[in-house]
Amino acid sequence: MSEGFSIMVDTSRCTGCRGCQIACKQWNELPATQTKNVGSYQNPQDLSAVTWKLVRFDDGKNEKGQPYWYFFTDQCRHCLSPGCMSASENGEIKQDEKTGAVLFTPKTRDLNFKATLEGCPYNIPRQDPKTKQLFKCTMCFDRITNNEIPACVKTCPVSAMVFGPRDKIVEMAKKRAEELKKTYPKAAALNADDVRVIYVVKDDPKKYYEFAAGK
Amino acid sequence: MTNHWIDFKNSDCFLIMGSNAAENHPISMKWVLRAKDRGAKVISVDPRFTRTSAVADFWTGLRSGTDIAFLGGMINYILSNGKFFKDYVVNYTNAPFIVNEKFSFNDGLFSGWDPKTKKYDKSTWTITKNSKGLPEKDETLQHPRCVLQLMKKHYSRYTPEKVSEITGTPVDNLLKVYETYAETGQKDKSGNIMYALGWTHHSVGVQNIRSSAIVQLLLGNIGIAGGGINALRGQPNVQGSTDGCLLWDLLPGYLKIGKASLQTLAEYNKYFTPKTSNPMSANWYSNYPKYSVSLLKSYFGDHATKENDFGYAWLPKVDDDKTYSWMDIFDEMYNGKIKGLFLVSQNPSGSSPNATKTNRAMAKLDWMVVANIFDNESASFWHGPGMDPKKIKTEVFLLPAAYSVEKEGSLTNSGRWVQWRYKATEPPGMAVSDGDIVVRILSRIKDLYGKDGGKYPEPILNIKWDYTDDKGAFDTHKMAKAQNGYFLKDIEVNGQKFKKGDLVPSFAFLQDDGSTSSGNWLYCGSYTNGGNMMTRRGKEDPTGLGLYPNWTWCWPVNRRIIYNRASVDISGNPWNPGRALLKWDGKKWVGDVPDGPWPPMADKKAGKLPFIMKPDGVASIFGPAMVEGPFPEHYEPFEGPLTKNPMSSQLNNPAVKVFYSDLDKYAHNDPKFPIICTTYTITEHWCSGSMTRWLPWLLEAQPEAFVEMSEELAKELGIKKGDRVKVSSKRGEVEMVAVVTPRFHPFKVANKTVHQVGMPFSFGWLIPKSKKDSTANLLTPNVGDPNTMAPEYKAFMVNVKKA
Repeated sequence: MSEGFSIMVDTSRCTGCRGCQIACKQWNELPATQTKNVGSYQNPQDLSAVTWKLVRFDDGKNEKGQPYWYFFTDQCRHCLSPGCMSASENGEIKQDEKTGAVLFTPKTRDLNFKATLEGCPYNIPRQDPKTKQLFKCTMCFDRITNNEIPACVKTCPVSAMVFGPRDKIVEMAKKRAEELKKTYPKAAALNADDVRVIYVVKDDPKKYYEFAAGK
Repeated sequence: MTNHWIDFKNSDCFLIMGSNAAENHPISMKWVLRAKDRGAKVISVDPRFTRTSAVADFWTGLRSGTDIAFLGGMINYILSNGKFFKDYVVNYTNAPFIVNEKFSFNDGLFSGWDPKTKKYDKSTWTITKNSKGLPEKDETLQHPRCVLQLMKKHYSRYTPEKVSEITGTPVDNLLKVYETYAETGQKDKSGNIMYALGWTHHSVGVQNIRSSAIVQLLLGNIGIAGGGINALRGQPNVQGSTDGCLLWDLLPGYLKIGKASLQTLAEYNKYFTPKTSNPMSANWYSNYPKYSVSLLKSYFGDHATKENDFGYAWLPKVDDDKTYSWMDIFDEMYNGKIKGLFLVSQNPSGSSPNATKTNRAMAKLDWMVVANIFDNESASFWHGPGMDPKKIKTEVFLLPAAYSVEKEGSLTNSGRWVQWRYKATEPPGMAVSDGDIVVRILSRIKDLYGKDGGKYPEPILNIKWDYTDDKGAFDTHKMAKAQNGYFLKDIEVNGQKFKKGDLVPSFAFLQDDGSTSSGNWLYCGSYTNGGNMMTRRGKEDPTGLGLYPNWTWCWPVNRRIIYNRASVDISGNPWNPGRALLKWDGKKWVGDVPDGPWPPMADKKAGKLPFIMKPDGVASIFGPAMVEGPFPEHYEPFEGPLTKNPMSSQLNNPAVKVFYSDLDKYAHNDPKFPIICTTYTITEHWCSGSMTRWLPWLLEAQPEAFVEMSEELAKELGIKKGDRVKVSSKRGEVEMVAVVTPRFHPFKVANKTVHQVGMPFSFGWLIPKSKKDSTANLLTPNVGDPNTMAPEYKAFMVNVKKA
């Protein structure tokens, strides 16, 4: 399947404001968790059954000794061939034909969580410890099937995220990566041909997040 | 802002300094990045690498409190490399004017300094006038006493090496910023300086901004699309509240508060109405009496008559040499001289310097009224950490206020756009709008004065107070119309006839004889017989520059970029035809609403100079209005790491305002407090966090107080990422989490290494509940810029140790 929708996440534009992280919680009515500062701006520390979108913060120094601060707004990539689905035999995980969204149904409580997580190259699925149901980003399925764009894309003040028909988004992401390469030779549109949520980065993806480009 | 948000897309280069725009004004980056897409360069200058720096083309650090040195170096670079825009500088600034020969500058002090009174006698800070009363000038800019040459001499001391010694910025980085930004001195290039509280919160705050004004004038960046000095205002309506006289020294529309020495309206108007001998200067403020009288008519209605000075006597006056700023209020309160306090959407326990003093000051009040949407650390100060409720007699009333979406009215954004907003929902419970709170309270006070009398009842009894609807509720439309102003009788002005009760179409029609009213002359034109201009939503963009003249309304007179007559040459042709903001077509101006209708200055008969608010008609590179000197000079922060100013023998701003109660203590080169500290806010929380800490999602993202420090400092102190640490100053101590990061670094300053840390002031003790107060403002000093009395939150000294 290669029609449907896609999202480009241009991390070179992202200002790490976390509007997307909050908008996700707001639209999906996900509760806040109790957090503490562990010495970084990132919070919560990881995705969870109630955190489907998380801005990861990573700072360091480059080869020239200059600081960098990368923001990686992590979420399900909605793969064209979803690895998480390999463990799903009874329709627990569905791939919507029209949009391409990969959806976890309530039946995911019957899945082997470890196997499902291992099937995901990007370390995305999370389990509700009480109900055992699995959760992740839905591409705002209830919005995109009602002529609205995903809440995270809508809220982004700097258009770091763009939602649209897959062919256009793939082209846009690849073009953006090419532009960035002029200044940043390591720039890339990560796994553009395999995923629907395409991250454009200007540096080694591992500097953003361990699983940014997959395991 | 001289310009406006959308105009940022027109810039070729941004100097973001004294601002962390991405974190504190996220939407600004939408337009900055649009410009960057076009090839604009983005420079971030900040003590730490911020979320703004992360999307900039170039970042360099500077030690907090050394911006004048940094910019002084840029002025030196521009002048010594001939990078300034000569036609602009010669015609549109006072650079060619000849300065009084007795004016001098010597070792950190300008002429006229009196060490006893700690004040300047400014009589030598003047421009020499010829027999016609016009400024003497040398348009070749060669005269040794012309402003440009004096400025060149002044800033020749700011060599890259000297600047680096002060700021700790590597020389190469300084030069890279200077070279990149000075490119905008070409006539078809625009440079935008974005600043915020990172410049104002210093004992030299105003001179920081003056330095940037000089840079922008030298490069011809004022009045043009994509240029400007752009103050990113902190709150959605802080521009509106400032326009409406938030500050103690002002009346609405930046008219001045009366002084004790100005007992009559005639004296007041004479004192504040500037004069010019130059027929080519519009000197717009010559209209001052029209605005002051119209304001009095708006305040006092029919009670204001020519015979009684339109009620001028009923306005409060300030003592001539006294300041009445925020810090003064709390100092007087601490000294027991203030008995009652209204706090409307404020949280001084979190946002004022020296929170211990703030809280103890409020404990001396008889009563305090707090209007807010939530409880906060100020409303609850009496049961906060270190307070014994049994010993505090202050009676506190908490009035539940409506939130912005629960009331109708206008918000003025940083770009001066006055945008009307509608009520989306009713406020909960007993909450009412601020307008209703004020209307109800003053109505009751009027009743009480009427019934029982009182000391000097006239100002209360005579105030025109008809801003309610037929049900007695606050009517925001009546208020907005009063702010715009009415004709009070049938009259003909400028060839147009108006009837009594008509709304005044623009401030050009206001009168000084009592025939018009206007609650704020700058807003005259916002609500006219044509309707409420602030509700307009037209999306037309005839210039293609994003001016959107039919979208809401902006002051003054819907002019989207102020000083726009400086965007053209003396004949009215745009400096940059590719971004033509205005053009003189031979008969009229085409483009933005011009700074006045007159022809450009090449027309020697009818033409006018471009800076119409200045008596000389040109912009002031030499600025004698400042308290501490007509040229900005580097002084060390009041609390700093150095014993000697590398620039002169004058360590601190000579005119600095400092408070000296038993709780106001300072650390001067004190080995117990060797680390520089600065405070700021973060994207996730709003100022002191009194509103945002109640929102679980935001608290989840930024849950508690933290201090950011370099890896080098952390290593020296044995602190690891996530450790709890104690940060102390001469005034208090706060415990917080250490964020150890390469985004901070030590500075090499005057041959020694100094460390800097920084922390947001967004946390407290009430929410989330804690036994310890974690507001950063337990640490900050009551030290003020002498021009504005803005506190020096951005540079003071602390110590850090593991908790």
